[in-house]
Amino acid sequence: MTLTTRHTRLVSHVCLIIALSVVAVPFVFPFLWMVSSGFKSATEIFGQPSLIPRVWRWQNYLELFEYQPFARQYFNSIYIALAVTGLTLVISSLAGYALARMRFAGAGLLMLFLLSALMVPEEVTIIPNFFLIRSMGLMDTHAPLILLPVFGSHGVMATFLMRQYFLAIPKELEEAGRMDGLSRLGIWWRIALPMSRPALAAVSIITFLFSWNLFLEPLVFISSLEKFTLPLALSNFTDSYGLPLWHLQLAATSLAVVPILIVYLIAQRQIIESFALSGVKG
Amino acid sequence: MADTLTDKTSARTWRAPRLTLRRREAIEAWLFVSPTVAGFLLFFLGPLVAVVYFSLTEWNLLTQEATFVGVKNYVDALSQNPDFWHVLRNSFVFAIGLVPLNMSLALTLALALSRPFRGVVFFRTVFFAPVVTSAVAWAIVWRFLLQGEGGAVNQLLAIVGIGGPNWLREPDWAMVAVIVTRVIKMVGLNMILYIAALQAIPRDYEAAARLEGASNWQIFRMVIWPLLAPTTLVIFVITMIGSFKVFDHIYLMTGGGPENGTLVLAFYIYEQGFKFFNVGYASALAMIMFVIVLVLTVIQMTLRRKDMR
Repeated sequence: MTLTTRHTRLVSHVCLIIALSVVAVPFVFPFLWMVSSGFKSATEIFGQPSLIPRVWRWQNYLELFEYQPFARQYFNSIYIALAVTGLTLVISSLAGYALARMRFAGAGLLMLFLLSALMVPEEVTIIPNFFLIRSMGLMDTHAPLILLPVFGSHGVMATFLMRQYFLAIPKELEEAGRMDGLSRLGIWWRIALPMSRPALAAVSIITFLFSWNLFLEPLVFISSLEKFTLPLALSNFTDSYGLPLWHLQLAATSLAVVPILIVYLIAQRQIIESFALSGVKG
Repeated sequence: MADTLTDKTSARTWRAPRLTLRRREAIEAWLFVSPTVAGFLLFFLGPLVAVVYFSLTEWNLLTQEATFVGVKNYVDALSQNPDFWHVLRNSFVFAIGLVPLNMSLALTLALALSRPFRGVVFFRTVFFAPVVTSAVAWAIVWRFLLQGEGGAVNQLLAIVGIGGPNWLREPDWAMVAVIVTRVIKMVGLNMILYIAALQAIPRDYEAAARLEGASNWQIFRMVIWPLLAPTTLVIFVITMIGSFKVFDHIYLMTGGGPENGTLVLAFYIYEQGFKFFNVGYASALAMIMFVIVLVLTVIQMTLRRKDMR
């Protein structure tokens, strides 16, 4: 009896693994194919398909840096994502703290206004924002790529996430801080922020990825090659007819994706939880 | 809101010392929120008002500046320009194809992965991996895989004797291709939300139903599915809105083609506004998108309120 139940359990476990593995193919296959094709020559890419390149063409990874200022573009993406993340952390946690803990006239109305920003797609406001940025003389600079995510719906989402977290911090701790003569800013910095590391981590992760993957804004605001961010740069590996140079494009795409994937594999639990917390993306 | 009310009554009893404290707190609070408020006014509310005005003007390369024309752009979109209904149809086809596929796959995966077993973390990690990958990279790789001749997908299909179509060059197949690849990209997010909801359901419910002799399907249908209803509603609206916003995915996979077969609303706004510089018309399109998203959100809120009663 126990033997047969254990037996059926094992069988159903194996069946489950097999079924999930089949479903997993289109989730894993693109990554494998991307990396392998990035090592193939332009001709081998269209030859007999094989996951392992017949000839490993490492030159792809040199040529792609000659084709466009890819190192510079890579650096742009990193520093912009860091700037967006840093600014978002400060601004959204300040506002989130005030909305969670401080009493002021208009707080309810402000919350309602901010909530409305969560629902409006960036496509709706991108046209006026284009003229705004142009009149500020910020076309073809990185400023809009930093300002718009920080103050757009993503920043609002971060604010609400921080507010939710601050609400859960015991008030007594802050009272104690006030007894010790801390100002509001002091309480925010020395008590509220250190207590909300998980929320700060979640905001950092989703904000960094949000900026890293941003496409519409760079497409609209950036025109010179050396100011491109990675998503724009990746879409730009084309020949003079506008057809993709697959071997270079896929090598570059691997360079952009693989580091993120490695970090993801190391910190998958933390990263998945961050997305679950934000819950409103996509 | 309730907080401010109680505060007012307590202020009445304390008065003199309390009032200055309260004022001080309010000033500090507004300082705390001031960067957010300033950015909100400048980059969101201002532009939102502006887009309403732009949509009522004729503004393109010929006119060079905005002249007020009333609702002409809306009339153009709704009754003059045949592209508009085609685009709207595409957006709805995309949403109607994507949402059920995404949600049913997400729920199926979540049901399989909400209980611990050997390998559960591995599979969760795998199904979520495309979510953290940039849409641009994802679109580039799939465009490569889905080429008509020599594309890896078709070569795999050829092994089992199926002659695959030229996926991204035939309008109907292109729509299927962008929907399916988008689902694979985003399904992990909904899966995670469903897993969280499933894990919040007390085990006793299921155990009790099992004691009553309920089958697996009955337990799902009668116990789990109703308890998931709030999550399902949220996921439905998020996914629906997300599908109307999709831009980069389509921009890179098909460029809206072939024969405008995958030209969706977000792409059409971009094309009209930034490629053809029809600012007035594109703004009217943006307003229409705004209304669609607003209606979806309001539907969600009313359903949710009903749900809570």
